[in-house]
Amino acid sequence: MARFVIRRLLAAVGVLIAISVVTFLIFQAIPNGDPAQRIGGRTANAAELALIRHEWGFDKPIYVQYIKTMGKILSGTVVSYSQNLNVLDQIRQGLPATLSLAIGAGIIWLGLGILFGVITAVRAGRFADRALTVLAFIGVSSPPFFLGALAIYYVGYKANIIPLGGYSSLSHPWSWFKHLIAPWLVLSVLFIGIYSRVLRSTILDIQHEDYVRTARAKGLSERQVMVRHILRNSLIPIISLWGLDFAQVIGGGAILTESVFNLHGVGQFAAQSIQRLDVPPVLVITMLTAFFVVLLGALVDVIYAFLDPRIRLSG
Amino acid sequence: MTAPETLLQVEDLRVSFATEEGVVRAVDGITFTVQAGEVLAIVGESGSGKSVSVMTLMGLTRGQNARFEGKAMFDGRDLIAASDAELRKVRGAAIAMVFQDPMSSLDPVYRIGAQIIEQIRVHEPKVSKAQALDRAVDLMERVGIPRARDRVRSYPHEFSGGMRQRVMIAMALANSPKLLIADEPTTALAVPIQAQILDELRRLRDQTGAGIILVTHDLGVVADIADRIAVMYAGRIVEQGTLEDLFYDPQHPYTWGLLGSITRVDRNRAGKLPAIPGQPPSLLAPPEGCHFRPRCPHAFDRCTELPELVSRLPEAPEHPDRCWLEPERKRTLRQVGDQIGLATGETVIS
Repeated sequence: MARFVIRRLLAAVGVLIAISVVTFLIFQAIPNGDPAQRIGGRTANAAELALIRHEWGFDKPIYVQYIKTMGKILSGTVVSYSQNLNVLDQIRQGLPATLSLAIGAGIIWLGLGILFGVITAVRAGRFADRALTVLAFIGVSSPPFFLGALAIYYVGYKANIIPLGGYSSLSHPWSWFKHLIAPWLVLSVLFIGIYSRVLRSTILDIQHEDYVRTARAKGLSERQVMVRHILRNSLIPIISLWGLDFAQVIGGGAILTESVFNLHGVGQFAAQSIQRLDVPPVLVITMLTAFFVVLLGALVDVIYAFLDPRIRLSG
Repeated sequence: MTAPETLLQVEDLRVSFATEEGVVRAVDGITFTVQAGEVLAIVGESGSGKSVSVMTLMGLTRGQNARFEGKAMFDGRDLIAASDAELRKVRGAAIAMVFQDPMSSLDPVYRIGAQIIEQIRVHEPKVSKAQALDRAVDLMERVGIPRARDRVRSYPHEFSGGMRQRVMIAMALANSPKLLIADEPTTALAVPIQAQILDELRRLRDQTGAGIILVTHDLGVVADIADRIAVMYAGRIVEQGTLEDLFYDPQHPYTWGLLGSITRVDRNRAGKLPAIPGQPPSLLAPPEGCHFRPRCPHAFDRCTELPELVSRLPEAPEHPDRCWLEPERKRTLRQVGDQIGLATGETVIS
């Protein structure tokens, strides 16, 4: 176990270094990406730009700039080019909204994905299966900005059931819930569609395993066979999907959903920073997402080893 | 000795499956009985319907596309007509089953002990987990698993094939079944392990007095353990009798072929193993009359008419077969042909 943790930590460090280098270099290569120009504004003259470059260190070699920026990130003093605000503070402000969105949606899409997957597998070929299959394809092909706009217009503006956007702190639970219910569902729709399809086909495969026949021959009821033997074995691929998707959303990956509902989360901050070609926040958010992906990947492996005794934790 | 009690009486069982190509008549009217304490072997090639027959007894072939006819009386109940709920009470309790491939027949994610405990408690929910665990350990010891107390905590992948099959047998015995169905229980195992598993089955039959249906294509296994044999071909029983009947006076040319294709170590050089020419017929459109007719070297015009499964031997009324040939003629043919060296003691030379 200790070996597993150490290996994963080393892997995480490696991934973070690699991803930060790549992100940093991409912004060097983007045309019109000169940060001095953005900081100085349209009216700045050559002398002012040179001063800015000198003050911010943009005249140094790229690797020096990278190391300095990373140093500021690690010491928590990194500021954004566009607003000159501490990036970590800004992310911290966005985290409650993003975490609320991710955790709520993660539970919903996992739960409903499993439920619909089981229903469609058990009723394979019948009406419930076909109806849910069509719904799944509609769900998978509906982008969040479209579903979000529909929800805000019909449920928010016309029916006045939910607010038109924004985030409300968890200290007012009912208001928090009302602000988040639509984003949760909108974000979940895509995942529910994918998960239910993956689970359906896994269940249909596992159903023909010899040990499922053994379970029936033991005299178990169909429900016991499904829950204890088929579902238990079918959940393994779903759990790994969930780990990666959940990490994406927690790391600010739900950019569209956060922006449509104006949640002011990490994802929306990322979207704004990219618009401004603001390197430090983009760099930090990218690293944050990568960190969560690595973390959840390790967690998924632990859950895997628990779900399937044939898998050993070896890192 | 009391008179043997008839455990299972199967009468004219028919199983067919509707497929896209048409109706497959997998089992086409089979009749047999199993007595308590007896081993009945059902022998035949793959696709002869032997597995389908025994799985049907357990209700494991039920499905939207399956049709059943006939009866299978067990304990005063017709297993074919029984509801799913009724059958569930029988499965794993009065009738238990051991399957062909022990490598894949245990659920990989549960401990061995948990799987045996599940079998005990599904039929006896009042038994506590601790009691069930003790019983699981006992069962594992009974089927020859060493250090059972420790190994209940193992997972299937930590066991060898032979050990897993012992676990399957332990599980099948958990609720003291009256009838044990073993579907090719040794096929997937190495030869020395096969003998051990057969010993295990024989010992259990002696100890518990349960009846055993042994499904196999391996006549070596049959010779080891069976009391009576039913030979199946293309969904029908073509010959039935005691072990001695079948091995020393086989009546059906298909049985001759099966006996001829056993590997024998008591011959100095067997040469090429004789095989039955041709393929078993498609069960979508089987040949009229005797199903073996197209492959039978002795077929004649009457074979287009289906022979009943009746005894044609005045001295052996319990040894029925489905072949139109006169018994005397069969004896001559067997002497002449070298396909069946066993009854005559001839050496097969190729």
